Amino acid sequence: MCGIVGLFLKDKSLEPSLGNMLTDMLITMTDRGPDSAGIAIYRSVSEGHTKLTLQSDTPLADFSGLEADLTEALGGAVALSLVDTHAVLVIKADNLPQARAAIAKLRPSVRIMSSGDSLEIYKEVGLPKNVAQRFRLRSISGSHGIGHTRMATESAVTTMGAHPFNTGPDQCLVHNGSLSNHNSWRRKLRRDGIHIETENDTEVGAAYLTWKMQHGASLGEALESSLHDLDGFFTFVVGTKDGFGVVRDPIACKPAVMAETDQYVAFGSEYRALVNLPGIETARVWEPEPATVYFWSHSAPPLATGKAA
Amino acid sequence: MHIFDLEAQGLRALNTTLQAQKNDTNQTVWEVLNPKGSHAIAVGLDAPIEVNVRGSTGYYCAGMNKQATVHVHGSAGPGTAENMMSGTVIVEGDASQYAGATGNGGTLIIKGNASSRCGISMKGIDIIVHGNIGHMSAFMAQSGNLVVCGDAGDALGDSIYEARLFVRGSVKSLGADCIEKEMRPEHLNLLTDLLARGGCAAKASEFRRYGSARKLYNFNIDNAY
Repeated sequence: MCGIVGLFLKDKSLEPSLGNMLTDMLITMTDRGPDSAGIAIYRSVSEGHTKLTLQSDTPLADFSGLEADLTEALGGAVALSLVDTHAVLVIKADNLPQARAAIAKLRPSVRIMSSGDSLEIYKEVGLPKNVAQRFRLRSISGSHGIGHTRMATESAVTTMGAHPFNTGPDQCLVHNGSLSNHNSWRRKLRRDGIHIETENDTEVGAAYLTWKMQHGASLGEALESSLHDLDGFFTFVVGTKDGFGVVRDPIACKPAVMAETDQYVAFGSEYRALVNLPGIETARVWEPEPATVYFWSHSAPPLATGKAA
Repeated sequence: MHIFDLEAQGLRALNTTLQAQKNDTNQTVWEVLNPKGSHAIAVGLDAPIEVNVRGSTGYYCAGMNKQATVHVHGSAGPGTAENMMSGTVIVEGDASQYAGATGNGGTLIIKGNASSRCGISMKGIDIIVHGNIGHMSAFMAQSGNLVVCGDAGDALGDSIYEARLFVRGSVKSLGADCIEKEMRPEHLNLLTDLLARGGCAAKASEFRRYGSARKLYNFNIDNAY
């Protein structure tokens, strides 16, 4: 099953309550996915800096002293803020490749959940309300975010099998459905040098988009071609640096409801997830069409036929 | 009139109360407040009562309905009026996928648009949609009538048996074994009645009729892979 929620704010005055609104939406989707939960949140850092979200199964051992070790390794100040099993590392944008290499060397058991100037990804096994509490999601502000509650079907219930998946700088993917040709795509992508960590079908979907974009496709083009290459059921929601996109497979069994007002664009697997948003009674509410790529963005959408807010 | 606050009183209490109404009940009109997209509102009713749901509903609203009139003053989620036997279900807004699926009887009126698979495997229900319907509607439809005042999506009436499909607007594509058929006087009379029941202003003469070519009734080796 799985539940997806997404919120893209047009009204900047709502930004401090983004985490709070998304958390309510996420918890409403608990009965669609009680196994694990995750959220991708977009909030900018100061000019010239970028972020890595790190995860460790042994955060005490891995994260203690990491800030000092990285400062020394990179020869400049870094900032590391811990929250439960995750930590957000802020570094100078120029230092990104060195930082990745230093983390791999200094703390080999640390995994990188996301990379980007705005994006942070938090995900863990457990009920959405517990995951939200552990990461203090309610207090997070931001411009937009997407969340996912997982009911596992294709692979084990693990942190790395939880959604969202980072697909490229400041990009992430969540999925409701199941892909049936993920094994053959996993082999093909691995042969092409794409790193795929788990047996999870969605991770292959995410890796597919990464691979397409490495070969010159825009995100919109990568989503368009996923309609041909990926077999199975899917409603995908993708987060981008300045917005989000939605695409459903041509059969469109997996539910999707959108709502738009002057203040926001919201996505929910069900209308239930949207009922407490401000002004929902008078919002334009509709279902996205099958096999159609939609984008909402503050700047130009990454696709000529996309729909921009 | 009886008012039921779903948020305060809960779904199970609502359905238990409504299902307990007998044929001769005096409590004939019910108002359901704060549906907030909840699932399975007013399912399994079997009494001539009227239930007004003030807001939008989630999955399976008014499923298995008999006799009752369920009026959704909002939009409805997937599987609305699924397997209805008799009575009337009215949706003021849009209906999500597989509205009226497997319905045996009664009338489903959707004032907005219906999504994919509207009337899938319908078995005698009458469905009247004021707006458009999505792809794969009336898939394997067996009997009953589907009226669409707007347009129909891809693969309308795929593998249809004997249901009648009336569409005023365009049909994106017809499914396997579904063809356009002649609109005879009896069909115009039937459609005029259906449009009146559905509260549609459209004229029967503006519609085209689609139905089964009956080529899939018997095994044909040329259809095998």
